[in-house]
Amino acid sequence: MLRKLKELSKYRQLILILISRELKARYRGTVFGFLWSFLNPLLLMIVYSVVFGIIMPARWPQFEGKTLYYSVFLFTGILPWTWFSSSMLESSNVLIIYGNLIKKIKFPIEALPIMVVVTNMVHFALGLPLLILFYIVFAKSLSSWVLFLPVAIFIQFIFTMGFSFFISALTVHFRDIKDILSNLLTLWFFATPIIYPFDSPHVLGRGWIKILLWLNPMTHIIEAYQYSFYYGSLPHWKKLSVTIFVGLLLFYFGYKIFDRLRDTFVEEV
Amino acid sequence: MHPIILNNIGKFYKKYSHRHKFLTIKSALVNKTIFSDLKSDEKFEALREISFKVEKGKTVSIIGENGSGKSTLLKILAGITKPTSGEIITRGRISALIELGAGFHPEISGRENIFINGIILGLSKKKIQEKFEKIVQFSELEEFINTPVKTYSSGMYMRLGFSIAINVDPDILLIDEVLAVGDAFFVPKCIEKIYEFKRSGKTIIFVSHDLATVEKISDEVIWLRNGQIEMRGYPQKVVDAYMQYIGQKEENQKEQKQEETTENRWGSKEIEISEVNILDKSGKEKYIFQPDEPLNIEFKVICKKKEKDFVFGLAIFNTEGSLCYGSNTHLESFKASSIEGNEQVRVKIPALHLVNGTYLLDLAVHKKDGFPFDYHHFRYKFKVTSNQKDLGITRIPHQWEFSGGIKIKPPGSLSK
Repeated sequence: MLRKLKELSKYRQLILILISRELKARYRGTVFGFLWSFLNPLLLMIVYSVVFGIIMPARWPQFEGKTLYYSVFLFTGILPWTWFSSSMLESSNVLIIYGNLIKKIKFPIEALPIMVVVTNMVHFALGLPLLILFYIVFAKSLSSWVLFLPVAIFIQFIFTMGFSFFISALTVHFRDIKDILSNLLTLWFFATPIIYPFDSPHVLGRGWIKILLWLNPMTHIIEAYQYSFYYGSLPHWKKLSVTIFVGLLLFYFGYKIFDRLRDTFVEEV
Repeated sequence: MHPIILNNIGKFYKKYSHRHKFLTIKSALVNKTIFSDLKSDEKFEALREISFKVEKGKTVSIIGENGSGKSTLLKILAGITKPTSGEIITRGRISALIELGAGFHPEISGRENIFINGIILGLSKKKIQEKFEKIVQFSELEEFINTPVKTYSSGMYMRLGFSIAINVDPDILLIDEVLAVGDAFFVPKCIEKIYEFKRSGKTIIFVSHDLATVEKISDEVIWLRNGQIEMRGYPQKVVDAYMQYIGQKEENQKEQKQEETTENRWGSKEIEISEVNILDKSGKEKYIFQPDEPLNIEFKVICKKKEKDFVFGLAIFNTEGSLCYGSNTHLESFKASSIEGNEQVRVKIPALHLVNGTYLLDLAVHKKDGFPFDYHHFRYKFKVTSNQKDLGITRIPHQWEFSGGIKIKPPGSLSK
């Protein structure tokens, strides 16, 4: 597998140009252009802030009763989650959309899921300055734990990439996955501590919810962002280490399945 | 060193039935049989036992009906799909013109698409920059190079795609029927470019239905039929055999149709024409003729009651409906006296002298005043093909003579 990935680095230019093409084409013809990269999660943040901060305010001690704190906490989770969920949804489509390319030109097909994940990572990265700005302007000051950010991004990238290989390859054969996935992602969103903190009595107090959230790798990935930004500490490093291991495992098997099914893509897309 | 070696290539396509597929999503998840379920129950054999070698610098054309496996073979050569069995060896950079502009993104400009498509086809960014001017120039799209590709016409799309693919500078060029969509100005330009490749010693695999171009361009032709090599060899020999086969097939289909219908036939049937055959000089049924080839028309005549006034006639029309030639026994001053029973008539034509095309035949037996006994209108067909592309209806035999001051070489001599 390492040899194959090394071979892939030969196609660096191809992957780069596919990504830049995707980015260029994505917002072409829109008024706001690349601003949509963070307008989307921003709007989502506003909606949740209004619902859970104002209409039915939850009294979590983490937010010291301030809606603004809650909003910033929300955005910290929504931004990486959007990267993950958009990557998943697009992965389930990408081989089919680019079917023409797969059928007519010889090229490394893994470039397509890589393109999806990296493109969404760029959107995520464009939102990061906004997140940092929020902390500086509205919320408490940032600690040096922000420097932990690249590690969190790396873990999420490995995890998302592995999952993306898996989803994109299997959707070619089982088109149902696309529909299953869009429902699953909604469920998954709520099963990840994004709009609520993990350390709340409602979660910790009920054993089965706690275990469910524990088993969800995205919990620990999103928490890594929340700790490094909002709390400014890293108490869950053991769980995070397990998550890295799970991510690498998923990456390995995701790529294996993708590689194994590679030859069937030409005929099935 | 052969740049292309195919050894016993076979290719199966899998067919999945719907019910089977519906079950898999459940069973695959429950029984972890994802891989075994991806194996299908039905198989379609697209290619079987294909073996050939191509020498460097040779142009090999692949012909055959739709569904004979041409495109599958080309995809295997291009490395897009893998053969189910057998071995393939290719040496050198391959560029496949399978679908032009397959990687274009409609929202972005022609300029950007040249870079993207070039990189997808395996060029480096630097190389594209070097060749950019050449690509744009060849495509004749200077004015439109900065507008999004979605505004292009299909011809412009094709021109850009061809220009990029041809500038990849491959050692082996694979061409699949892509020239069929081009306009009358661009296609000759493409063909000229292909010749240029040929002259510079590149290996070309050409898939086309355009048999005239195939015959001109190739050093060898491979005829695929139902996924197998039916014949391979000198272009003219293979193309002729293939056309003969196609003609035969058309003939069979036509015969089947004829049995069901009495269309294009009228008359009182006192004298009947039946079992009409178009034969070559050795008496074998034939459909495709060379212009200077003998052609015989044979048919049976059935006359139940003795008749005294009868005329046999024939007429040859081209597909535009123009009469090319018509005559009958009365016009040729035959004196009819009597006919009865089952008899046979043969019209012998020593040479057709017709230009290339499909011809329709009328046969008739009637009275001198035109009263029809049996008239067969447009019911028989034959084809004339040759390398010559002269025009008109009939090929009038002629010779060219030039005085010494005119430097012109007769056909068949080597040109430099």
